[in-house]
Amino acid sequence: MAVRNSLSGQLLRRSSVVAGARFMSSWFRSIEPAPKDPILGVTEAFLADQSPNKVNIGVGAYRDDNGKPVVLECVREAERRIAGSQFMEYLPIGGSIKMVEESLKLAYGENSEFIKDKRIGAVQALSGTGACRLFAAFQHRFHPNSQIYIPVPTWANHHNIWRDAGVPMKTFRYYHPETRGLDFSGLMEDIKNAPDGSFFLLHACAHNPTGVDPSEEQWREISSLIKIKGHFPFFDMAYQGFASGDPERDAKAIRIFLEDGHLIGLAQSYAKNMGLYGQRVGCLSVLCEDEKQAVAVKSQLQLLARPMYSNPPVHGALIVSTVLGDPKLKNLWLKEVKVMADRIIGMRATLRENLEKLGSPLPWQHITNQIGMFCYSGLTPEQVDRMTNEFHIYMTRNGRISMAGLNTGNVGYVANAIHEVTKSA
Amino acid sequence: MASSVLSIATQCVSPNASSLSINETHKGKAKLGGSTLRFSKSSGRISMTVAVNVSRFEGIPMAPPDPILGVSEAFRADTNDVKLNLGVGAYRTEELQPYVLNVVKKAENLMLERGDNKEYLPIEGLAAFNKATAELLLGADNPAIKEQRVATVQGLSGTGSLRLGAALIERYFPGSKVLISAPTWGNHKNIFNDARVPWSEYRYYDPRTVGLDFEGMIEDIKAAPEGTFVLLHGCAHNPTGIDPTPEQWEKIADVIQQKNHIPFFDVAYQGFASGSLDEDAASVRLFVARGMEVLVAQSYSKNLGLYAERIGAMNVISSSSESATRVKSQLKRLARPMYSNPPVHGARIVANVVGTPILFDEWKAEMEMMAGRIKNVRQKLYDSISSKDKSGKDWSFILKQIGMFSYTGLNKNQSDNMTNKWHVYMTKDGRISLAGLSLAKCEYLADAIIDSYHNVS
Repeated sequence: MAVRNSLSGQLLRRSSVVAGARFMSSWFRSIEPAPKDPILGVTEAFLADQSPNKVNIGVGAYRDDNGKPVVLECVREAERRIAGSQFMEYLPIGGSIKMVEESLKLAYGENSEFIKDKRIGAVQALSGTGACRLFAAFQHRFHPNSQIYIPVPTWANHHNIWRDAGVPMKTFRYYHPETRGLDFSGLMEDIKNAPDGSFFLLHACAHNPTGVDPSEEQWREISSLIKIKGHFPFFDMAYQGFASGDPERDAKAIRIFLEDGHLIGLAQSYAKNMGLYGQRVGCLSVLCEDEKQAVAVKSQLQLLARPMYSNPPVHGALIVSTVLGDPKLKNLWLKEVKVMADRIIGMRATLRENLEKLGSPLPWQHITNQIGMFCYSGLTPEQVDRMTNEFHIYMTRNGRISMAGLNTGNVGYVANAIHEVTKSA
Repeated sequence: MASSVLSIATQCVSPNASSLSINETHKGKAKLGGSTLRFSKSSGRISMTVAVNVSRFEGIPMAPPDPILGVSEAFRADTNDVKLNLGVGAYRTEELQPYVLNVVKKAENLMLERGDNKEYLPIEGLAAFNKATAELLLGADNPAIKEQRVATVQGLSGTGSLRLGAALIERYFPGSKVLISAPTWGNHKNIFNDARVPWSEYRYYDPRTVGLDFEGMIEDIKAAPEGTFVLLHGCAHNPTGIDPTPEQWEKIADVIQQKNHIPFFDVAYQGFASGSLDEDAASVRLFVARGMEVLVAQSYSKNLGLYAERIGAMNVISSSSESATRVKSQLKRLARPMYSNPPVHGARIVANVVGTPILFDEWKAEMEMMAGRIKNVRQKLYDSISSKDKSGKDWSFILKQIGMFSYTGLNKNQSDNMTNKWHVYMTKDGRISLAGLSLAKCEYLADAIIDSYHNVS
């Protein structure tokens, strides 16, 4: 048997020779420091702050009324069931089949004909980000000359995702600053003016960052117009169940589009509604004309995923399929997600009440009109900076407030701070 | 064109079909543009069915099955009792069962008891993991770590970490190429292709000796334009199992330094090759000790059996801490639009195992056991083949190769014979995964190899 000289032994002898070796000049000199991520950088800054009064209403992660992160009971139970019993062998490239099945039922409907007819090409994805990125890469590969229309504003990372996938972006009007509501006529005009067959990114519910959603009637009109124009609707659904407390209700926009015969794309995330943030579990689906096409599309999604990460992580997927696959656990989940949504709805009401009681001259009904985790407060970047510098309240500079970061203990303090920075506005 | 519209039209005539509400009040059929419109009543209002529903992805072809993962699929479909799966590189026990390491079970139980939350990790991953992984790779007292010259970002196992490195190259070294070994792990090419980084090959495997074509390797590295990234397997080369000797590593480092190339290590088997974590990291440490700037992708899929948790890291060892800070910030910027932040579960397991001395020691013992089983299997296979094969062919390469895989030297036809006649599943390049072989099956495999080698061309 060949004897290998210990390389580490030789290394010891050699290292005394190279001690004090001149480093050649760095290959990385031209690499500039990247700017802080506008959203995740907020949490970094918050963590570094020593003030006892500090409040984090930056990142969209749910907190309970004590400001603590929550692991859902249904999730804990699922984890107990799966602990130690699994061999951690690679999932298929497309991920957990069970988890994907359950995800499709949740989004498309328990008895969806599209599921029965196997018309949906779907894979497990790295939460919402990964699902969007996979779709963007897919769009780039098969429609290399296409662009993506994104709402103004949208989640900051949407820009990064499509840009890094090589797909140019265009915008459509969405938020109306004057009313702090939806610019519906602007939206419809922009949909109409886009060239036929454009790709549109839509937030299925609980628009991030504004919290402003179209009404059901408005969704129907949007669907009609998109149909006439032959556009491709891509939905980002990161808050199903989290917006109204009812997953069926939160999927309404999607169901309208499906009824109207659109062949949609959909990114789903379990980060918020199942509290599985760090597990990175989600699903990307593309509704096709028939089963054959769905199989082909899935195979191509897999071909894109393989050189990105080979196959997706198992742990979060097992939790999701365990919870959704067991009627009792699923019911528990439905209750727990409603509790989270209700607490947020309650905080909206409280924040608004407090501001009105303080005698703020500005209108605040948008706080309760908007829905989901975020509220577009209308604060300017300068006012946001004051919130941070004077009051140690952390939020993103676009004025977005994460309602989940508010609780009965700090809502008064935050209302007061908002009042202070806006009263002379 | 017309026929596709027609076929779509027939598909759309379901009772709950697509409906558009418009202000028309006509009944019956009408033509609008090139599409046929049908009118139907739907919940009280007059609505129209637009029979244009062609998918945007109609022309999408079916992708071929993955050359490695497809082998296991074929194996599962085989009903023959003697079948043997030597395809994918996943460790199996002597009983040919998957293996969850004891330390992993212990770590998971600890985590369960502690009731850790599931919050987002930072983009760069779990700090405790990043610290542990860099120390494992370089040694805790490595000057590069002490001087904070190591930028570490948690990645999605080896693949994800390689992809981050590739993306960094594409963005900041436009026009730079990567040199990869011939052969190399199949997915390397996909990763660089999709990241739009051009690559070419350096000679590596010598079929005549079933060993390393060292002269060819050095020549090709020398011939590459200055500033090329050279992809090196830290230990246990995949697919060949052929590693350079310590002396050869020195010479490789020499020529890379001379040509001002950048070494890019793929370390997927640290601990798994020789059984010693330190020994298997020696090649990387050699390059770092010479003061070179190095990229290193790590994976815990095999050595901690955490395959499906997708846990690994991209490390960039650079010449200053200031540079490392900048590089890390850009790695994060590349990761954010890929997946935002990495999965937490596997990272916690690794951090717990490596960070808890008693678990770390237990891990080292389990690693030695796994690597030891593979060494035993190599020996048994070699003994079986040498005693059965009277042709005088030198089979000692089986013993010289290291790690999970062995390049048998069988060509495609011979590999097919292995599968078709002997129900031995392997990849078409002649690679067998010894991790899927038991002592009990060595004799059978020896027969199969001898038959395929001598009787099939």
